[in-house]
Amino acid sequence: MASQKNKKTTNNLVVNGVLLLIVIIWTIPTLGIFVSSFRNRDDIATTAWWKILPHRAWQTVEEINLKELGLNPDETMTIEGVSGTFDEFRKGVETPDGKRVTWIGNKSLGRIEIQEENWTVMWDFSLDNYRQVLGGQDFKFTRPDGTVEIVPGDNMVGAFLNSLTVAIPATVIPILIAAFAAYAFAWMKFPGRRSFFIMVVALLVVPLQIALVPILRDYKALELNGTFLAIWLAHTGFGLPLATYLLFNYISSLPRDILESAFIDGASHFTVFTRLIIPLSLPALASFAIFQFLWVWNDYLVALIFLGGNPEFELVTQRMAAIVGSRGSEWHLLTAGAFVSMLLPLAVFFGLQRYFVRGLLAGSVKG
Amino acid sequence: MNLLQEPEEKKQSLAVQAIAFVGRIAVALAIPLISFYVLYRGFLFLRDSEAPRGFVALIAILWGVGGVGILYWVFNNLVEQLSDTWRTRLLPFVFVGPAVAIMSWYLAIPTLRTFWISLFDRDGPEKGLSMLQLLSSESFVGLSNYAAVFTEQLMLEAFRNNLMWIAFGSTLSVAFGLIIAVLADRSKFEKAAKSLIFLPMAISFVGASVIWNFIYEYRPVGQPQIGLLNAIVTSFGKAPQAWAQWVAISPWNNLFLIVIVIWLQAGFAMVLFSAALKGIPEELLEAGRIDGATEIQIFFRIMIPYIQGTLISVWTTVVIFTLKIFDVVWVMTGGQFGTHVIATQFYRQSFTNRNSGFGSAIAIILLIAVIPVMFYNLKQFREQDAF
Repeated sequence: MASQKNKKTTNNLVVNGVLLLIVIIWTIPTLGIFVSSFRNRDDIATTAWWKILPHRAWQTVEEINLKELGLNPDETMTIEGVSGTFDEFRKGVETPDGKRVTWIGNKSLGRIEIQEENWTVMWDFSLDNYRQVLGGQDFKFTRPDGTVEIVPGDNMVGAFLNSLTVAIPATVIPILIAAFAAYAFAWMKFPGRRSFFIMVVALLVVPLQIALVPILRDYKALELNGTFLAIWLAHTGFGLPLATYLLFNYISSLPRDILESAFIDGASHFTVFTRLIIPLSLPALASFAIFQFLWVWNDYLVALIFLGGNPEFELVTQRMAAIVGSRGSEWHLLTAGAFVSMLLPLAVFFGLQRYFVRGLLAGSVKG
Repeated sequence: MNLLQEPEEKKQSLAVQAIAFVGRIAVALAIPLISFYVLYRGFLFLRDSEAPRGFVALIAILWGVGGVGILYWVFNNLVEQLSDTWRTRLLPFVFVGPAVAIMSWYLAIPTLRTFWISLFDRDGPEKGLSMLQLLSSESFVGLSNYAAVFTEQLMLEAFRNNLMWIAFGSTLSVAFGLIIAVLADRSKFEKAAKSLIFLPMAISFVGASVIWNFIYEYRPVGQPQIGLLNAIVTSFGKAPQAWAQWVAISPWNNLFLIVIVIWLQAGFAMVLFSAALKGIPEELLEAGRIDGATEIQIFFRIMIPYIQGTLISVWTTVVIFTLKIFDVVWVMTGGQFGTHVIATQFYRQSFTNRNSGFGSAIAIILLIAVIPVMFYNLKQFREQDAF
């Protein structure tokens, strides 16, 4: 019996160990961005983000003025008991007692630093990166040497507002329309009911790329391009099949007798729908709402095509992609910007995870 | 008597049927058309006004959502005024019409329109010509766009890459999802682990591209590597690389993009598998264990067959998803370095090159690729017999 118990313990250890490893691998990428977004602009560009963990690094313990030593940089020099050429000192020469002598700067205007390797952490955090990406105005950045540099802000606040303006109606409108349709499919009888529903099921997997060229033509004819209305309607159209399908599955499974007694009491379809069906379907509505909200908020392609030409209406994803394109190595902006763009989806995700999962389980094909 | 079963419309005169038909279409189209018009006017007004941005946004939201809701209410009231027979005939179309009309405009009809455009050259069919004139016009090129799709060098590269995406991306997403679901099921910190693995689902592809670009960040030899992958590689004494842009190993540099989508998708697969695994009766697993099956045998002989249905539906969903992959490639490499996929080619041809004929042909290829799944879904639907 003892050996079996041992075996079970080892099994448990292996299971938990492997899972822990996977979880760590899955979390590190996001963690890196999160940590970096609070680091100083220069720190991000020159040192790795995990330097916030304790590590050994060279720290200056003493500075020596060149002139005091009277050295000739063109020859082999001896400083602090070690000798080397200028180039060697530029890289740093280690002394026998574990210190390092490094020449900082050029030959004539340099200084010499005696460095020691110590345990250290780089905990110099600030919100400057966020201030810069969020604001629309110019941002003053003071370099360590005191010079001031003015850089334009990235106006993520504007993009954030635009994304909200797109995402809220593009979530609510399809749900409203789909709920009406789902009710009709579930509880009304009309010619074409079956064929219409087959259309819904067929459209579930149709890639939205199929619609972009013709719809763009329509929008050009209607002069709708670059407006919020254009993108609301597009998201409504692309989201409707899944919304109708999910809500139908839910609404058609509601108990029949509740509705029948309401009809006997003389209630109209509209009353039954608003007073009975909507309140009863709240969980399904919520789970689809989360789904659609995340989908719209995170969408890039649809926004690129229907809002693309108008920088004033840029959404968060477009703003981010633009920063990647134009300033792809400015990690202080990218990290903070990425986190701003993730803020709301993550809040929705953690707040309403239960509904989100339920929505996923109910059906998960999207065109 | 079942009140929900409205009386069958018995033999009616042709005229009544015709009026009913027209009335239904009118009702179905009226709500979307009127809401469209009202929203459109409102937009022109808002666009020209000088109100602050936040205020405009708020009004736009109220306008959009409220407007649509009120229209349903108005039309319902109008139809309620009619006689019983006519109410029964028309009311369903007040409810279902707008959805069907919008879906038709945005998805169903575009499949035909895109196919039609794909038969023409770069500017598409000219306006103002009849169908016969168009077919004999010079811009009509028949199927030659399709011939080009299957011969152009970049398209062939895109097909190859999409196959890689499907082979590695969807398979590994499903595999990781399954492994994590099985492990989490037996773990003490199941909830926390699942949350953290699932979390990337909330992140946009653009955001994920930034996150992974940071992992792949390249610095020349000698400088401190701030990207995690290059830091690991250089600590083993190897040379740093710009991973996704590493043309020398093409097409395998695609794998560095595929990893991103695995990272995003595994959580989705995990959630569905986790629910399916919880549905396996405990007695079944216990019986297997008593008969001396190892955990591995239980996994392959009991669990996998039991969750087969979920396995198929998750896999098809992820395949469709990877088939249409666009954002990640577009933001990470823009299709350079041998990383084009079908959807980036579609975008490049339709909107950068403005070759709508060629672009539409690519879209039709995408559609054809998902048709087997569509038929499978329809078959499942027929078997359910919900109607």
